[in-house]
Amino acid sequence: MNLAVLKTVKMYVGGAFIRSESGATAPFYKKGTKEEIARVCVASRKDFRNAVVAAKAGEKSWSTKTAYNRSQILYRMAEMSQGKQDELVNLLKDTMGMTPAAALKEVTAAIDTFVYYAGWCDKYQQVLGAVNPVAAPYHNFTSPEHMGVIVHIDSNSFSLAKLVDNICAILVGGNSVVSIVSPECSPVVTTLGEIFETSDLPPSVVNLLSGDYKSILSIISEHMEVKGISFQNEDKAEYYELRSKSVDNMKRIIPNKLDTRQSLDLVLDFVEQKTVWHPIGY
Amino acid sequence: MTKKKVIKKKATKKKVAKKASHKISKGMVFEYAPAPESTKVEILPKYGNFIGGKFVAPKSGKYMESRNPATGELITKIALSNASDIDSAVKAARKAYTETWSKLSGMDRGKYLFRIARIIQERSRELAILETMDGGKPIKESRDVDLPLVAQHFFYNAGWADKLDYVMPGKKVKSIGVCGQIIPWNFPLMMAAWKIAPALACGNTIVLKPAEQTSLTALRLAEICKEAGLPDGVVNIVTGAGETGAALVEHKGVNKIAFTGSTDIGKHIARTAGKTDKKLTMELGGKSANIIFADAAIDQAVDGVVNGIYFNQGHVCCAGSRLLVEESVKDIVLKKLQKRMKQIRVGNPLDKNTDLGAINSKEQFDKIKSLVKQGKTEGGEFWQAPCSLPTKGYFFAPCYFVDQSGSASISREEVFGPVLSITTFRTPEEAVIKANDTAYGLAAGVWSEKGSKIHKVAAGLRAGVIWANTYNKFDATSPFGGFKESGYGREGGRHGLLPYLEVR
Repeated sequence: MNLAVLKTVKMYVGGAFIRSESGATAPFYKKGTKEEIARVCVASRKDFRNAVVAAKAGEKSWSTKTAYNRSQILYRMAEMSQGKQDELVNLLKDTMGMTPAAALKEVTAAIDTFVYYAGWCDKYQQVLGAVNPVAAPYHNFTSPEHMGVIVHIDSNSFSLAKLVDNICAILVGGNSVVSIVSPECSPVVTTLGEIFETSDLPPSVVNLLSGDYKSILSIISEHMEVKGISFQNEDKAEYYELRSKSVDNMKRIIPNKLDTRQSLDLVLDFVEQKTVWHPIGY
Repeated sequence: MTKKKVIKKKATKKKVAKKASHKISKGMVFEYAPAPESTKVEILPKYGNFIGGKFVAPKSGKYMESRNPATGELITKIALSNASDIDSAVKAARKAYTETWSKLSGMDRGKYLFRIARIIQERSRELAILETMDGGKPIKESRDVDLPLVAQHFFYNAGWADKLDYVMPGKKVKSIGVCGQIIPWNFPLMMAAWKIAPALACGNTIVLKPAEQTSLTALRLAEICKEAGLPDGVVNIVTGAGETGAALVEHKGVNKIAFTGSTDIGKHIARTAGKTDKKLTMELGGKSANIIFADAAIDQAVDGVVNGIYFNQGHVCCAGSRLLVEESVKDIVLKKLQKRMKQIRVGNPLDKNTDLGAINSKEQFDKIKSLVKQGKTEGGEFWQAPCSLPTKGYFFAPCYFVDQSGSASISREEVFGPVLSITTFRTPEEAVIKANDTAYGLAAGVWSEKGSKIHKVAAGLRAGVIWANTYNKFDATSPFGGFKESGYGREGGRHGLLPYLEVR
């Protein structure tokens, strides 16, 4: 008898692979079947808060790295995911019921996304920043800076490449991220976490939770350490709720841009612009 | 003749300088003779709204008084508009957007803005006088700061109208539609300019609601738009109070709200507009830190502190209202600051020598007085420059609190008046932590003669504008706006166009 080992897909928080503190899990069925192939963790509100605390520490270590270093770490993610290509393809076949060709296409797109954003890390400042010709003897320049802890609420419609795209765009700007991966995508959480874990990324910069964001929507919107939210679903009511409830600390809420991939404006969404003046003279 | 005069003046100055040592201690070297600006500007007895290219009476028939805060005198009456006036204005803006403005080439839109810039330059004196009469700011500020910037914002943005493809490299951009803009009373015309000019350059049409205390120059700007031949409905100006602004925020035909004002009202607007797809730009309050290191040029720094907090009576969202002084130079900084503050001339805003004009309104005057009163019960020391104040109007002498705790109201709340909070620090790290210890993040100042220190500190400050060895400098090419609870979006520069564009 060859009894399959049903694994629990762990979440990735603060550089560690964890189960929910609540112990809650949910079965994951192979797409379109009733065949349980794994159990996924269901993050609680406390898991979310812990992830934000971790991300706050990650913000400091990540935002102070040199742009060149950040670029190399994102490229390392591409290298590590290339190494896991077969594993990811198999995972997508098994969980999503994708054809080998479709799974390979999705994984290749995700790897290319790492490469794309790796290239932006040390360039977006030059494109999004400016030297401003003020009409007085001052040197005046504007440069983008990290915003802080960003929460990413993944799309309900599964796409590994889109998930990677959103996380990378947030990382390029020097932010840390808590991503609440959609239930659809949750079987890949551990593997994705392993990619981040082995890419020289400081712990806590990327934190991956799985489960249902809907139950913690107001916790997310009211959390004072969260500076921005990338909301990738199409549900307008939820988007309005997030926007209107998150004004206490004036969070930046970015609605879904489902068709936008590999784009600088996704980086622009989560940077602050700082302008510095200094007199010119003897 | 002129030469002789100059020589004579020099001689007098020398004499004064000789005597200065014992005279300075009395606070004044010599008195300034009054130098009042002429107030010969035409003001109608009442003003309606500017909608669809015409001045029209408010539908309710109600008007509000517009008074000069320096004298209490009635200047004119302005429309107190309701939701139905806003509706007419939004409809006019929509019509202009679909039928005219969005069909014009960028070049033509730019030409209109260039025209407006020129007319503003030509009518600059009139506008400056009106601004001072209406809002109480010193004429030398409206004349030398506000008005030049107003013209520059139109001139700068005009040139962008046909170059929008260069705003966001590699991406396509398009206009948003009808923008509702709500502005405060501290820089009335400048705020109008830096909201209207980029919006129009990007191809949008607008409905602007000026502050109820200071609507006159915005209405004058409406006349200028007409004079420039701007198509009807592209710019609509509706005056009124909070209810009028709320109607604009709630109007379904508005695609974007740009607001400058207090954080409280900003949050209220964000909460309301948050339940819709309206785009938002928020430029809110601040409690900006001005940091003086021991290695700073102290005289310049002290002057910068004065300019930082007492400019425009402290009615500045980015005012350097928290002074952080390195402990070793505290005494000398305070001594020089007191001496400098004694020289601030408080009085008639229309006098060209006045440094500190009238507090904008009774409401604001009462708020400042109440916060200062409360501040006096919260520890530390209070000092106020001894000066005689006019008997009529709202005037408040510049003052500071020193060594209050970080939790004191004056250290945390935006006073929006000539009130400074002073504390000390020992290390650059401590200075940065203290400077960032606020929910706001609009601006900050750093004073040091060491370049590497300035850059390191500037990088650590969580604020949108950092003035190093200067303070309160503004320019149409320079993005302005905050981090954290000071809001989002930028105004000015290339970055100031993005909030008025959709990036695709």
